[in-house]
Amino acid sequence: MITMKNVRKSYDNGADALRGINLEVEDGEFVFIVGPSGSGKSTLTKILTGEIGCTDGEVMVNGFDLDRMRPSKLYKLRRTLGIIFQDFRLIENKTVYQNIEFAMRVLGVKPKKIKPRIKYVLELVGLQDKINCMPNELSGGEQQRVAIARALANNPRLIIADEPTGNIDPELSRELMALLVEINKKGTTILVVTHEEELVNEFTNRVVVINHGEVVRDGTGGYYGNV
Amino acid sequence: MFSRTCYFIKEAIANIFNHGIMSFVTTFTIICCLIIMGSCCLLALNVQQIITELEAENQMVAFIDEAMSDEEARGLEQQLLAVENVAQVRFVTREEAMVNFLDRYEDNSLFEDVDSSVFRNRYLIYLDDIALMEQTQNDLAGIYGVAKINALLKVANGFVTLRNILGIVALAIFVVLFLISIILMNSTMKAATFNRRTEISIMRMVGARNSFIRWPFVLEGMLIGLFAALCAFLLQWGGYNLLAENISGALSFITVIPFENMLIPVLIAFGVIGIIEGVFGSLGAVKRYLRV
Ligand SMILES: Nc1ncnc2c1ncn2[C@@H]1O[C@H](COP(=O)(O)OP(=O)(O)OP(=O)(O)O)[C@@H](O)[C@H]1O
Ligand SMILES: [Mg+2]
Repeated sequence: MITMKNVRKSYDNGADALRGINLEVEDGEFVFIVGPSGSGKSTLTKILTGEIGCTDGEVMVNGFDLDRMRPSKLYKLRRTLGIIFQDFRLIENKTVYQNIEFAMRVLGVKPKKIKPRIKYVLELVGLQDKINCMPNELSGGEQQRVAIARALANNPRLIIADEPTGNIDPELSRELMALLVEINKKGTTILVVTHEEELVNEFTNRVVVINHGEVVRDGTGGYYGNV
Repeated sequence: MFSRTCYFIKEAIANIFNHGIMSFVTTFTIICCLIIMGSCCLLALNVQQIITELEAENQMVAFIDEAMSDEEARGLEQQLLAVENVAQVRFVTREEAMVNFLDRYEDNSLFEDVDSSVFRNRYLIYLDDIALMEQTQNDLAGIYGVAKINALLKVANGFVTLRNILGIVALAIFVVLFLISIILMNSTMKAATFNRRTEISIMRMVGARNSFIRWPFVLEGMLIGLFAALCAFLLQWGGYNLLAENISGALSFITVIPFENMLIPVLIAFGVIGIIEGVFGSLGAVKRYLRV
C-alpha cells in the first residue's frame, strides 16, 4: 500500500521535480504512472523506494514511514519490494544467474530453492538461454528483462517498475505487461511508470498522469481518459 | 548459516579476481608496510641484543676484608650468590689478582718486589639486570667480610638509559609506521571501492542489509592481508639472512640474532598486522557507500 501526501522534491540544483503529489494505491491495485519526459516519474519511484528522500510531505509504503526510517533500516522496506529500474542496475561482474541469486541470498532464501526459482523467473521473461551470460553480453532489452526477473524472484508484495519496457519491442512489451497483469491477479500490487501511450491504452487499469511534478489526472480509461 | 558463509567466501574470492589490479595494489601496499615495520623491529631487537651483550661485561668487584683467611673468603661464595639479582660470581685469589695487575704494565720491573699479600681476595660479580646495580651493591656491602665494592654505576646507568631510549624510539617508530600504513591502506581501498559504489548501491536497493554487504569485503581484506603477510614474511626472511651474512662477514664482533630463532613470533606478528590492515582498510572504504 502506498500513501503520498503533498510530496515535494527539489533537487540540489533547484529543479522542482515534484510539486505536491497526492497519491493513494491500495493493496492489490495495478496502476500506470504516465507523463511526458522530465515530468517527475522517476523521481516519484525513487522516493517510494527510499533511494532519495523527499523535501516535504509524507510517504508511507507497505506500512513503512519513509521520513522516519534511518538509511541503515531501509533494507526492511526494500525486502517487501520488487524494483525494476529504468537503467536496469545489474551488477556488471556477476552473471544473470548470480545477479538474481544475490537478490535472493539477501533475503536468506534456502539455497535449494534458489536455482529452480531463478530458472522459473527467467523462463517467464524468455531468457532461460542467457542464464550464464554477463550483463554486457546482453542487449538493452535483455538486460531489462533480467531486471524484471530479479524483481519477480522474491515474490514481493509491491512491484515498482520504472519504464520496464523502455528498451523492448512492442510485441514483447505487450507480453511482459500481460505477465505483470497476471502477477497482479495473484495479489501483488503493481506500479508501472511508462510513457508508452499505446501500451497503456490496451489495458483498463487505473492511470495516474503526472505533468510538471503534479498529478493532473487520476482514473481509468487509458492514457487520455474516457473523455 | 553454512551455505551463507560459503557464499560470502565465494563472493570475496570472486571480488579479489574481478578487481585484480586493485587487489594487487593493496597486496603490494601491505607487503611494503609489513617489511618496513618488520625491518624496524628486527633492527631494534638486534641493537637490544648487542647492548645486552655489552651489559654482561659490566661486572662489579667485591673486595674481601684482608682479615679473612683465603678459606673464609672462599666460603662467602654461597652468601654472595644468594643476594638478589646476582647472576654469577667468580672468586679471584690475591695471587691471580697480582698477576692480572702486573699484566697490565709492560715494564714489570717497577713492581718487582710487590708481594701478593698487598692484594685483597676478591669476587667478580655478574648481575642479571644492571639497572638494579646500585641496590645490589648496597645489599652486597651488608655481607660480613665484604670490605668494598667497585661498581661502574655511571656506565651501568648509561646502558640502562640507552636501552630505555632505544625501546621508546623503536615503539614510536613502529606506531607511526603502523598508522601510516593504515592510512595508506585506507586510501588504496577507497580507490578500490570507488569502482564498486554502483555495485554496493544496487545491493542496497535489492534489500541487502549493511552487514550482508560488508562481510565479503571483510573476508576479502582478510584474505588479501593474509596473503600479503605470507609474501612479506618470506621476503623479510630472505632479505634478513642476506644482510646478516654480510654483516657478520664484515663486522665479526657483532652477533646477529638468527632469523630462525624468531620465525613463529615474526610470522604471527605479520599475519595479525596484515589481517588488521586488510580488514580495516576495506571496512573504512565501504562505510561511505552504505548510507543510500
Ligand atoms: N539527480 C538529479 N539532479 C537534479 N535534477 C534532477 C535529477 N534527476 C532528475 N532531475 C530533474 O527532475 C525532473 C524530473 O526528472 P525525472 O527523472 O523524474 O523525469 P521522468 O519523468 O522520469 O522523465 P523520463 O520519462 O525521461 O524518464 C527533470 O526536470 C530532471 O531534470
Ligand atoms: Mg524516468
